Amino acid sequence: MTDITNTPAAEHEAQLGDYFALLKPRVMQLVVFTAVVGMLAAPASVHPVIGFASILFVAIGAGASGALNMWWDADIDAVMRRTAKRPIPAGKVQPGEALALGVALSGLSVMMLALSANLLAAGMLLFTILFYAVVYSMWLKRATPQNIVIGGAAGAFPPVIGWIIATGSFSVEAWLMFALIFMWTPPHFWALALFMRSDYDDAKVPMLTVTHGRPATRRHILAYTVLLAVLAVGTGFTAIGGYIYLSFAVVLNVLFLIGAYRIWQRDEEMSEEDNYKVERQFFRLSLYYLFLHFGAILIEATLRPYGLGGWS
Amino acid sequence: MSIRAEHELHGRRKGRNVGVGLMLAGFVVLIMVMTFVKITETDFARAPGTANSAVGTTEIKN
Repeated sequence: MTDITNTPAAEHEAQLGDYFALLKPRVMQLVVFTAVVGMLAAPASVHPVIGFASILFVAIGAGASGALNMWWDADIDAVMRRTAKRPIPAGKVQPGEALALGVALSGLSVMMLALSANLLAAGMLLFTILFYAVVYSMWLKRATPQNIVIGGAAGAFPPVIGWIIATGSFSVEAWLMFALIFMWTPPHFWALALFMRSDYDDAKVPMLTVTHGRPATRRHILAYTVLLAVLAVGTGFTAIGGYIYLSFAVVLNVLFLIGAYRIWQRDEEMSEEDNYKVERQFFRLSLYYLFLHFGAILIEATLRPYGLGGWS
Repeated sequence: MSIRAEHELHGRRKGRNVGVGLMLAGFVVLIMVMTFVKITETDFARAPGTANSAVGTTEIKN
């Protein structure tokens, strides 16, 4: 009789939670939140069931692209401290399983979104998955220091998809929400790259910190933050903005600009002295920054039917 | 070592199978509710080709 506990498969048998971790739940939260805001900010109503189902399929699609990313990047994930505990490098899930899960969930999510919402939304979801898995993960990430800049587009599409779920078409406001995430991504990740010192060097990922050095990265953070601030405050004067959004945007962007300026003013010696305190603060602020901007857009959209939101 | 009918591994597998089962059941329920909403929301009185055709439908001209 065979003792099942001695088989390698039994020792490394993955749990449901391990497969769930392949879907990058934290990234999924951001995708769900921004897609919901995009859907609710749109000037069209969606049946709650259809809205819920559509957002669920967008989340599954985002998770699928995360699984494909983990399958492709398993080698560098194993080297980087931040990602070494992911299911594949930790030996909990086999790479082939991650690939199968990613492909299956991609197909399922796109087909189901086409049925629940419309073909344009499904097409955009498919484009987003391919952009993240193929353009970013397989091509740009290991090829250019602009990986984060262009790859950031993948994370910026969800509010556009949410908008299309509601309206069935594109609009300037949807692209403004896209631009907000697109411009936010580089300073957010470059700040992380500054204080996760050796991770990207060890994995030989050509992050800006590795290819152009840390002073250049600090300059880039400031430049992108200035452009982001103009965009974020400017969005306040459009149809998705209003007094509430503008108040949030002004305060948050002043704080973000101060943070970026302080990062620019510092050198490695100063940063090492206080263990990258300013860079860590900036990174933490960047998380609140995006959440609160989209939260403000959501508040404006929620109040609009009562004649309170927006500029009217 | 004594052979136990219920090994810890069985418990883990059971947990995984129950999880997958619940997800599939949830998916089936979601499809049912979605189908119900899609059918009841469609205004059959305003079929394509009639005067006030629904948005997104093509008007058939003779």
